[in-house]
Amino acid sequence: MAKRIDVSGLNAYYGNFRAVEDISMTVEPRSVTAFIGPSGCGKSTFLRTLNRMHEVVPGARVEGKVMLDNEDLYGNGIDPVAVRRTVGMVFQRPNPFPTMSIKENVAAGLKLNGVRNKKMVDEAVERSLKGANLWNEVKDRLDRPGAGLSGGQQQRLCIARAIAVEPQVLLMDEPCSALDPISTLAIEDLIGELKEQFTIVIVTHNMQQAARVSDRTAFFNLSAVGQPGRLIEIDATEKIFSNPSVQATEDYISGRFG
Amino acid sequence: MDTPDTAPPQDVPPSKDDLLVDSPKGPRRGSGTSATVPALAGPQRGRGKVRIGDRLFAGSSRGSGIVLLVVMAAIAVFLTIRSVNAISHDQGNFLTTFEWNTQEGAPLSFGIAVLAFGTVVSAVIAMIIAVPVAIGVALFISHYAPRRMAQALGYVIDLLAAVPSIVYGLWGALFLVPHMLGVNAWLNQYFGWTYIFGQSQPGAQPRSLFSVGVLLAIMILPIITAVSREIFLQVPRMYEEAALALGATRWEVIRTSVLPFARSGIISASMLGLGRALGETMAVATVLSPSLLLSFHLTDPGGSTIAQNIATQFGESQGVGRDALIASGLVLFLITLLVNGGARLIIARRKEYSGANA
Repeated sequence: MAKRIDVSGLNAYYGNFRAVEDISMTVEPRSVTAFIGPSGCGKSTFLRTLNRMHEVVPGARVEGKVMLDNEDLYGNGIDPVAVRRTVGMVFQRPNPFPTMSIKENVAAGLKLNGVRNKKMVDEAVERSLKGANLWNEVKDRLDRPGAGLSGGQQQRLCIARAIAVEPQVLLMDEPCSALDPISTLAIEDLIGELKEQFTIVIVTHNMQQAARVSDRTAFFNLSAVGQPGRLIEIDATEKIFSNPSVQATEDYISGRFG
Repeated sequence: MDTPDTAPPQDVPPSKDDLLVDSPKGPRRGSGTSATVPALAGPQRGRGKVRIGDRLFAGSSRGSGIVLLVVMAAIAVFLTIRSVNAISHDQGNFLTTFEWNTQEGAPLSFGIAVLAFGTVVSAVIAMIIAVPVAIGVALFISHYAPRRMAQALGYVIDLLAAVPSIVYGLWGALFLVPHMLGVNAWLNQYFGWTYIFGQSQPGAQPRSLFSVGVLLAIMILPIITAVSREIFLQVPRMYEEAALALGATRWEVIRTSVLPFARSGIISASMLGLGRALGETMAVATVLSPSLLLSFHLTDPGGSTIAQNIATQFGESQGVGRDALIASGLVLFLITLLVNGGARLIIARRKEYSGANA
């Protein structure tokens, strides 16, 4: 189920403003890759180019190549809708559909894919909720509104919704920044389990979190405000946090910058 | 993980259900713990200094509320007294008589049935036509049109809402009615079997309830569109992105996140439009050739609505005759009240699923 991502020469623009400049990297399958860096360095923008969510912002466009195994996501005739079904995403703020029950939320993606068989949907809902470590907490109230859960539960519900459609890759944009430490721990444990099935890319501002959950870490930076963000280096997480090869990385992770 | 282990145990030992943060029992526990809060805040609030601005504002807002209630009560009392007076002089049955004889000298005999029928039918026709079109236009403006075009369209819609109803009436009578001839003939030919589109006198001037409904639809379109557009624009971006990230097409985004979120808003917008359609007077009076016949042939000329009847009859009526018109106004008031109540019920039924709680 998991696929490798190969990015080469990627630039992302908002209108005329270049937000991300010339990024090339490889994301290994069945592993967790963390993106760290200061605000405005383009790591979220870059993340959103990986499932073609960047271009839903008016005026936004992308140049370059993103290969998912052997398929260029920005190739001719590639349907962005199909890309997003293969590359799932979890957002910063938990966003379960407010008008749907817990079960309907998890089944939303399946419904979009045309799965109508009730038994198959029920099985997928249970499997996904179990996969998101939420099943035991909600199994008796699947018909209650998803918005009635706590923030941490809502975020796990969103993860369940994302994995229900069995994507190849799961992108997470600061999934814990709106959560308390206990809920954060739950999500981090979950990420550790999910990487056995999925390729996971996570953006985080929390460097301890990057060190805890990721196998590889990419550091992004920008030379000045208004300048495009760049990839400074990507390496094994251990190496980035103990002995990075670029001075800027060391400055950032040790808190000496600016 | 998220179990509230700080919550004090209630009289029952915590069962498995109680470990759920938001179990159905949640509110009961919530009210139990919050009962301690006033005890802490109470004395402070009681003795605290009351600021003059607070007092002024509280007084003026309370005053406005009271004035509103007094005005409403005065209208209700007025309508009821005059209506009771009129109905007690009615020689016919107020609910079933199909005539409206309130002229001086003749025996008073009037009934609301035809008028209420005409009012409801023309408003329903207007809603059936206007609501889907308005939602479509609003969605086009909020989600499909390029920004410049959306702005221009928005202005045009607002402008449509500002056209006085008598102008709509003139346009309806001089332009719409002649052009409805062909439409009616077509409907008669292909849908005559439905009875409601059948014509008993083909080729008659279509000064009918159906034409009124079409005109009302055009009149209420802008208000429904403008309100729906605002609601659609307020759907938080994050819900649309949630649908997009699941691989939803534009239409699927609208279906899974925009429309459900905007549901109660669309109902409210439609109610605003319906209110206008039910109470519209001048445009209806200009287009319709009124008659007190209750006919389900909607494209036949004739029929009458409550508001139109009041406008046409008011000048010729005196005394109890006017009271009869007031009685019909009370019925219109009740119809509007019923419709609004129904809409509120629909909204309240799925309240906990509404986007407002998110």
